[in-house]
Amino acid sequence: MLEIKNLHVQLEDEDKQILKGVDLTVEAGKVHAIMGPNGSGKSTLSYVLSGKDGYEVTDGEAALDGVDLLDLDAEERAAAGLFLAFQYPVEIPGVGNMTFLRTAVNAQRKARGEEEMSAGDFLKLVRAKAKSLKIDADMLKRPVNVGFSGGEKKRNEILQMAMLEPKMCILDETDSGLDVDAMKLVAEGVNALRSEGRSFLVITHYQRLLDHIKPDVVHIMANGRIIKTGGPELALEVENNGYADLLAEVA
Amino acid sequence: MGAAEKLTVAPRALPEGQGVWAQTAREDAAARLSAMGMPVRRDEYWKYTNPLSLTEEVAPAAEVFSSDEAPIFDDIDTLSIVFVDGVFDADASDDLVLEGLEISRLADAAQADIHWAKDLYGVLENNGQNPVHRPLAAANTAFATDGVLIRATAKVSKPVQVTYLHKSDTSDAILHHVVRVDDGAEMTLIENGPAAARFNQVLEVDVADRAAFHHVRAQGRDHARRAVTHIFTRLGTESTFKSFTLTANGVLTRNECIMELTGDDAIAHVAGAAVGDGDFHHDDTVFITHDAENCESRQVFKKVLRNGATGVFQGKILVKEGAQKTDGYQISQALLLDGDSQFLAKPELEIYADDVACSHGSTSGAIDEDALFYLRSRGVPEAQAQNLLVLAFLGEALEEIDNDDLAAELLGRLEAWFERRSS
Ligand SMILES: Nc1ncnc2c1ncn2[C@@H]1O[C@H](COP(=O)(O)OP(=O)(O)OP(=O)(O)O)[C@@H](O)[C@H]1O
Ligand SMILES: [Mg+2]
Repeated sequence: MLEIKNLHVQLEDEDKQILKGVDLTVEAGKVHAIMGPNGSGKSTLSYVLSGKDGYEVTDGEAALDGVDLLDLDAEERAAAGLFLAFQYPVEIPGVGNMTFLRTAVNAQRKARGEEEMSAGDFLKLVRAKAKSLKIDADMLKRPVNVGFSGGEKKRNEILQMAMLEPKMCILDETDSGLDVDAMKLVAEGVNALRSEGRSFLVITHYQRLLDHIKPDVVHIMANGRIIKTGGPELALEVENNGYADLLAEVA
Repeated sequence: MGAAEKLTVAPRALPEGQGVWAQTAREDAAARLSAMGMPVRRDEYWKYTNPLSLTEEVAPAAEVFSSDEAPIFDDIDTLSIVFVDGVFDADASDDLVLEGLEISRLADAAQADIHWAKDLYGVLENNGQNPVHRPLAAANTAFATDGVLIRATAKVSKPVQVTYLHKSDTSDAILHHVVRVDDGAEMTLIENGPAAARFNQVLEVDVADRAAFHHVRAQGRDHARRAVTHIFTRLGTESTFKSFTLTANGVLTRNECIMELTGDDAIAHVAGAAVGDGDFHHDDTVFITHDAENCESRQVFKKVLRNGATGVFQGKILVKEGAQKTDGYQISQALLLDGDSQFLAKPELEIYADDVACSHGSTSGAIDEDALFYLRSRGVPEAQAQNLLVLAFLGEALEEIDNDDLAAELLGRLEAWFERRSS
């Protein structure tokens, strides 16, 4: 599904290398988790994959189902099935959440040569999905993320994911800022989407989320590289011992 | 430069055959103008906008713009009045009859010995000449060739719409309208169209106690047209005045709005959305005087500028001594779509009462890159995402329009304007 090889990334404005050779393969239907110290490059990886400006890929490649991602515009990557749940979802004053969702759903359909969703069908779908994430009608009407609490923003990310039905979902610290109940809701939302044709890359600092969304593989990222890959037990090890031992191993 | 020398820039003759009231008003205005002189670039009030092409003897030519779009507000039921290059078109206009309204043309009324508009024509304009001179408005009172005089005596069932068609590349039109909304009455005035190669317009509105006046205007899309417009309004107790202007294109536009709140508990809102591409200069100049208690005024101006377009905002709120509990709000914002475009703003507050709440803000900035990326990451193509953000930016100004049908129509025009530019 997602194949990242030797990815080197630096900032466009500054001569600063952030990703220093990331290798990562996520197979179809699998859930991979990435953990790692603050500033190790996890969000940068997710931004580079989704096409944000400001980064320069100096070496390596990234492909989604064989399609070279790095050649595509952000919107083309989305239409190809890539989705990023942002660590810090963006507020967009003046654009209603509903309008935003509908525009996005139909833009992707159009890009894939599918028919646009009718207003009625869309409304039905969004209401059902919002309900399961306990997103009320008011939040759907309000401008995108404006005045949303931290947890509401994260639930709104999952709602977008549920509506867009991407095949490769990257979740960047979707658990941070969530209370215990909201974490369950979000995890249920994610688990409901799990399927053979859909993969997840879950970036998190805590084992908690992984109790609910069981990963198949856990990677540890440090200083711009994947330094260790293992099973779910690796997350437990981090939870108990921190990163010191792991970092010492590679040093 | 002496006053007389300045005046030679407008060597027009006063219209002939005027009744006593009109003759007097025009002569007084001509004398005012003569004392003030025409504006020049050096004047503080014209610091950001060069008045030369508005004052020189011959109007610069402006190519007539043709479009296959349906005329704006076409589907809205109105009493329609049409001017072509500033000349009344009787065939294209409806009969000037509507329940609750008395309507006449200035050209006719000015020839009568007496008319109700005598107490207003040039009077509100004259009141608005202090503390800042507005010579182009005085010139308008003196030389206006026509206009509409409207008196609303009740709640009027449908809007009056004045359409200004532009058919001659060299037309130079001066129109002067007077509106009086009687105690408890309510009406809506719609204006649309480019009017002429050069257009000088004055609208005087007297809103009596408990009366309401709504104004929605769409200035035409002709690229080379020039316009200077003045709205002078006086608001009585518990009255409402709301005005919104959409400006798309136009090489030079100066819209002045001078409002005086003279009765307690009055509400005055003025708003505008301007979108310009390239050779576009748009100036909103507002002066609001609070001279009564517990009044609310609101100014909301938004501009989207690209390819070297220029936006100007000069807005002042003057709160006189005794105008307690004044609530004044002013915001002017520009979205600059490139580094060549510019926004020049001069917001001012002058307050002589101690119990007031006034706020003002002015910003200019580029499109929010994070929001743009967020939209694109959800699959929305860049151009569409940008248009969505631009329209969201203009939204706060459009929200000032109470009439949903008119607002929807304007929004549609704006969407089309941006879509044409992003394809
Ligand atoms: N636009 C930028 N300008 C300057 N530095 C940047 C920029 N983007 C990322 N960095 C730096 O790159 C490094 C990696 O940042 P990144 O956000 O990817 O880390 P992270 O692993 O997601 O951390 P966290 O766990 O705190 O979210 C950090 O040192 C960060 O300061
Ligand atoms: Mg991060």
